[in-house]
Amino acid sequence: MLTVATGNKAVAAAVKEAAPAVVAAYPITPQTEIVEQIAEYVSSGELKSQYIPVESEHSAMAACIGASVTGARTFTATSSHGLHYMHEMVNWAAGARLPIVMANVNRALGPGWNIWAEHTDAFQERDSGWLQVYVGSVQEAFDAVLMAFCIAEDERVLLPVMVNLDGFLLSHTMQPLEIEKAGDFIPPLHLPHAIDPQNPCGYGTLTGPDDYFRLRWDIERSMRDAVDVIRGTQERFARRFGRKYGMVDEYRCDDAEVVIVAAGTLGREAEVAVDLLRDEGTRAGSMRIRWFRPFPRLDLSGRDVVVIDRDYSFGFGGVLAKSIAATEGARPFSVIAGLGGQEVTYEDIAGFVRNRQPGRELWFGVNGDV
Amino acid sequence: MTEIPREEYILKCTSACAGCGDSLSLRYVLKAAGPDTVLVVPACCTSVIQGIYPNTAFNVPVYNVAFAAAAACASGMSAALRAAGKKTNVIAYAGDGGTVDIGIQALSGAFERGADFLYICYDNEAYGNTGMQRSGATPLGARTTTTPAGKMQPKKDLDAIVAAHRPPYMATACPAYPKDLFQKVKKALSYRGPTFIHILSPCPPGWRFSTEKTVEMGKLAVRTGMWILYEREQGKVTINGPSKAAMVKPLPVGEYIRAQGRFKGISAETVARMVDDAAALARRLQKEEEGIC
Repeated sequence: MLTVATGNKAVAAAVKEAAPAVVAAYPITPQTEIVEQIAEYVSSGELKSQYIPVESEHSAMAACIGASVTGARTFTATSSHGLHYMHEMVNWAAGARLPIVMANVNRALGPGWNIWAEHTDAFQERDSGWLQVYVGSVQEAFDAVLMAFCIAEDERVLLPVMVNLDGFLLSHTMQPLEIEKAGDFIPPLHLPHAIDPQNPCGYGTLTGPDDYFRLRWDIERSMRDAVDVIRGTQERFARRFGRKYGMVDEYRCDDAEVVIVAAGTLGREAEVAVDLLRDEGTRAGSMRIRWFRPFPRLDLSGRDVVVIDRDYSFGFGGVLAKSIAATEGARPFSVIAGLGGQEVTYEDIAGFVRNRQPGRELWFGVNGDV
Repeated sequence: MTEIPREEYILKCTSACAGCGDSLSLRYVLKAAGPDTVLVVPACCTSVIQGIYPNTAFNVPVYNVAFAAAAACASGMSAALRAAGKKTNVIAYAGDGGTVDIGIQALSGAFERGADFLYICYDNEAYGNTGMQRSGATPLGARTTTTPAGKMQPKKDLDAIVAAHRPPYMATACPAYPKDLFQKVKKALSYRGPTFIHILSPCPPGWRFSTEKTVEMGKLAVRTGMWILYEREQGKVTINGPSKAAMVKPLPVGEYIRAQGRFKGISAETVARMVDDAAALARRLQKEEEGIC
């Protein structure tokens, strides 16, 4: 069914299709519309879920953990401070190997209070064991949530998945949306370690260094296996629904001499900048980072690289720029832009490319060179 | 009265301290709950006494979870099990720190929402797992590692806080009275909705008494009126027999205080205040039982 919807409504519509047994969530701007819409679906009977209106995000994730370990499909949604309030349980969910799906509406962290888009909130969860995907459109938000359940619940993965969408730029922006009937696209969940009173086990018992170490390695092994599962799921999605997704979304990269790398809506804005630069005679291309964990490999050999980070790791650098420098040996021109919802247009991005200085860092609109 | 079953769900070789009051409580809680039960355990002594992975000394599934998360986790578990048509008992089993301090928000939230589980707080009146630091449940005058001169504040009134959520059933208990504890767990699990049992759990290393005196210490707590056994069923208070007797003819409180190293050097004024506080609670409960308030 083709309609027009916000990113938040698209997430809720996908959750309705996935039909989790339990949704536990707490409102926070700009995510609130997701939980309101899910509560409405449950209230009207369109969605047969247990909706638990918890008193905090810490409890939202704790309730999802308690539900998930019974073998039930679970979902929650949050943003920014909410994500950080549940941080302890975010780590717990991954360590407990529970395939919880969460939408995170990316928003800056206070102080000062700021409700607009930034990726630092979710990037700070990068070492938790969650898979993370960043979307660039309302349709992609819907599609990514459907696929997130398939990927998280795959026995080769059994790790939670966080679907990230930019606050307001996607959460509150209306775009066309094709609402697909999921049907049997998401297979039933079979959690191999579901709690069973017939077979009493201790979960998360005190664990010595050797076993703990082995269990950590098992998370990493699944994170590596997840790359194939993501590819397979995205191919299956393309065959079924006609939209193709990769680990990275490349745009006009084949003959590009300079590549712009960014995540979320900035990655889409970069595509417009690429067209502008191509019109000017610069062979530009763009790569939109979709999957941030597991982190993708990029084909950057012999190209100039401009990385735009809507985030920052203080005392270190832009998270994407530093990650790409580390994994690809690249010397990107690192642009820090869009923090706290700062407006960044395709013309600004074209300017970054024209004035690129490999190996240097620019804080857009604040400081020419740090 | 139902016979206490012979089946044991706390197996031998737990890593509990000698004379552990919590182990005794767990034994009767699980005998009452039976095998179709899941324990949700936040960080506390019980997370340690299960033993070390891959072993467990508990013969029911135990879901260990982060310190502040027991009630929320149990509420999610219960929602999922009930949605799947399962009647499995879900028992959040937490210490006093995980209940009256760090876990009270989750407890309050889950009780307000009417989640279907039993919350048991076993209260040894300090952070036992980390070596006896004060908690909100530590009584006035008690020495802990963070109140070396004795605690300056009275014990937090957890039961009044829980009662304010109007659960269908709540009770206090003590493993020195195992039949009473057994019956209360049975009764709590017969209700739908959040139910609550607050167990005073004498702790030899923490309270500094000899390990063979755990049951004696629990009895002294009740007989001196420092711990009152009662139930609040559908809002109606019933003071249980041992505490009824203690209200008529209490043992001198000094017998309880002097038996424990944690009260060493306590002033007569502090003891007098503890006695006053206990008497005030007894009067309040008696009035409620009589329907006066």
